[in-house]
Amino acid sequence: MTLRDYAIRYGFIVLLVGLIAYFAIAADGFVSPQSAVFIFQSVAITGVLALGVTATLVVGGFDLSIGSVATSAMMAASYAMVVLEQNAIVAVIACLFIGVIVGLINGWLIVYMRVPDLLATLGMMFLLLGLQRIPTEGRSIATGMTMPDGSVANGKFSEAFLALGRHRIDFFIPNLIPVSVVVLVVLALLIWFFLEYTRFGRMMYAVGSNERAAELAGAPVKAYKIWAYVISGVFASIGGILLAARLGRGDIASGNNLLLDAVAAALIGYAVLGAAKPNAFGTAVGAVFVGVLLQGLTMMNAPYYTQDFVKGAVLVVALVFTFALSGRGKR
Amino acid sequence: MGADAVFHVEGLRKSFGQNEVLGGISLELHSGEVTVLMGANGAGKSTLVKIISGVYARGAGTMRLAGNAFDPQTPAEAIRAGVVTVHQNINDGVVADLDVATNLTLDRLSGKGASMLFKPANVRAEAKAVADRMGLIIDLKARVSDLSLADRQMVAIARAMAHQPKVLILDEPTSSLSSAEADRLFSLIDRLRGYGVAILYISHRMSDIRRLADRIMSMRDGVVSGVFDRKPLDYEGAVNAMLGRKIRLDRVVARSSARAVFTADGLQLAHGAKPISMTLGAGEVVAVTGLVGVGKTALAETLFGVRRPFAGAMHMDGKPYAPGSAREAIAAGVFLVAKDRAESGIVGSFNIERNISLPFLRRMSNLGVMKKRAERVAARRQIDELGIVCRSEKDELSALSGGNQQKVMVARWMSQASRLFILDEPFQGVDISARRDIAAKLRASADGRATLIFVTEIDEALETADRILVMSEHTIVGEHRNADIDLDRLLAEVAGGPLHGVA
Repeated sequence: MTLRDYAIRYGFIVLLVGLIAYFAIAADGFVSPQSAVFIFQSVAITGVLALGVTATLVVGGFDLSIGSVATSAMMAASYAMVVLEQNAIVAVIACLFIGVIVGLINGWLIVYMRVPDLLATLGMMFLLLGLQRIPTEGRSIATGMTMPDGSVANGKFSEAFLALGRHRIDFFIPNLIPVSVVVLVVLALLIWFFLEYTRFGRMMYAVGSNERAAELAGAPVKAYKIWAYVISGVFASIGGILLAARLGRGDIASGNNLLLDAVAAALIGYAVLGAAKPNAFGTAVGAVFVGVLLQGLTMMNAPYYTQDFVKGAVLVVALVFTFALSGRGKR
Repeated sequence: MGADAVFHVEGLRKSFGQNEVLGGISLELHSGEVTVLMGANGAGKSTLVKIISGVYARGAGTMRLAGNAFDPQTPAEAIRAGVVTVHQNINDGVVADLDVATNLTLDRLSGKGASMLFKPANVRAEAKAVADRMGLIIDLKARVSDLSLADRQMVAIARAMAHQPKVLILDEPTSSLSSAEADRLFSLIDRLRGYGVAILYISHRMSDIRRLADRIMSMRDGVVSGVFDRKPLDYEGAVNAMLGRKIRLDRVVARSSARAVFTADGLQLAHGAKPISMTLGAGEVVAVTGLVGVGKTALAETLFGVRRPFAGAMHMDGKPYAPGSAREAIAAGVFLVAKDRAESGIVGSFNIERNISLPFLRRMSNLGVMKKRAERVAARRQIDELGIVCRSEKDELSALSGGNQQKVMVARWMSQASRLFILDEPFQGVDISARRDIAAKLRASADGRATLIFVTEIDEALETADRILVMSEHTIVGEHRNADIDLDRLLAEVAGGPLHGVA
């Protein structure tokens, strides 16, 4: 291997380690189990979304609607519990249902209506941003809120539901690992296994690389593409559940950064270990990378706009790693 | 005749790296004449056209236009000098989202002396003049994207003619036109001929050539292999010169088969085409040959389920066979090595092993989980059997030569047993040794299945097949057992005319 190969393969890992080392010196208290857990907790939601969007990247597509699917799921969960006074299970099912439906519609638009993926999911994003505010006429959902018809919503978030976002599991240190982090790890392992070790994952990569070849090899290409968007939708709605559980209310102002962070994580994933293709492990590393960056910058008191700038810059560098240096990014 | 040629090319050479594509081409084009250029894929036609139209720089040789040296550095220069090319892809010649009038005058929008402002009235007047000259009856306000392919083609040619060229090059202009549409194109070409334009017409379609040609030039392997200008034109001779006849080193021993595997009855591939009936037997290798565009790929795709026949029925082992997709065809044991491996075969991000296992993931997995060992074993066996030159089964396909990439594509479909094995142009872009390997392997493994290969080059058919079918105009026009073949008759059938040149 030449130096260039090493740079492509390990460049991003080195960058991540360097970043951690820098923050360890520059930011007090950055190196501690609590800080590490906080990073994981902050990336749990974007990580789940990023894993979903990875599935669409694998089939050569893209999903811009994940952020608004997540916030729609959050609003739906809140509405179900606070306004309709349902239990946690109903709320979770409602969220997953939204994810499946949005995924199916996205897939249908892209596969059968031949709308380009970016445009279809962009349209869906705007649609959902509006739709999620219609039931409450644009208000956030919390116990005791006044509904548009003047009644007062008396339901409240069930304890079981809130535990998804707030409960911490003992791990050497008591109350260390949040449930959301466990969800992230489980989903990451699941999608990693699915993409790397099952024939479905294999065929999805084939569809993304050469659709016609996959079709002539007998793959139901359209079904695979639609499935990818359903996976993306479901993962985004799981992200929405975690978001609702953490906030404990349906906050219309939350989740603005979800899309950017998740997409950045998935695209940074291309550069990890020189994969030059969407992959679950890379996405997970990418999510951690984004989390480390944000936590470090926060601890150094960098304002939010600086954080956005740094995130964007890192994303651009990662894309250069992938597409220019490895010379394989001809999608 | 040579004296009044308006365009002369002398000793034109071109190499890409080590690979010499043109080895000294000389040609003449005369005013008011249509010169047809024939050549198989890879003969160097498109390279020649690209040099004349200023896309490529030439390696050696001279070009003269109307007595002056012609040395275009860019396509724009060639056009300004009076040599205009209409490329094969119609949509390269028109801007789909603009209306006809703007398209016809598009070249006036840029360049020296172009007005800064876009004046619709002027444009329409100018466009009308161009259209009238061409006898073009099209609504000038219509958007090009709403036009039929034929009308777009007409607009592209009319646009080219707006430059009042001395030489017009048409690269396979009828390849996507119906015969009625082609007739309109031909009358336009007749009109241009009347204006004294020298036309270089590139085509494989014998019906076009018979209708238009004043002269025929055949190319093969980068050199002119024959010029035919004595009337009546010797069409068979031209086809013969284009396909060539090399000395064959290894003759095959033709086998016959008793047991039918596949039968087709009255299969109709295109509207108005004569139906095809054929029987393919177990253990035999059958080659279908014919010029480009006669429906070979259409037939291959019909058998493989990715295209529906207009009429007719197929049977596999006596049972009705009507596949609705590639998936169904594969399930029935019909495999296809598709034409153009880069486009429709190779999965670029997969290594050799994964490219080979691609169609058979279900058979190589357990509850959906891939059996990586089985995959590796299958890949290694194929690498050995076909002699694929690589470091290991984990190599990327981009690291392999064209011949080895093609072997991987063949290996993919040989890794499991098939009933009907179809290969569409399996020797395209493949060096001679890989071609021999593949052909030998096909023959050695042919027992128990029917093998059908589609090739344009007759030599490839002679080298591999027990039986040769000839296609022309979307139907089968001849059948030969590959033993003491009457090559003249075969060539006549390929050329699509009555026997022995009674043209």
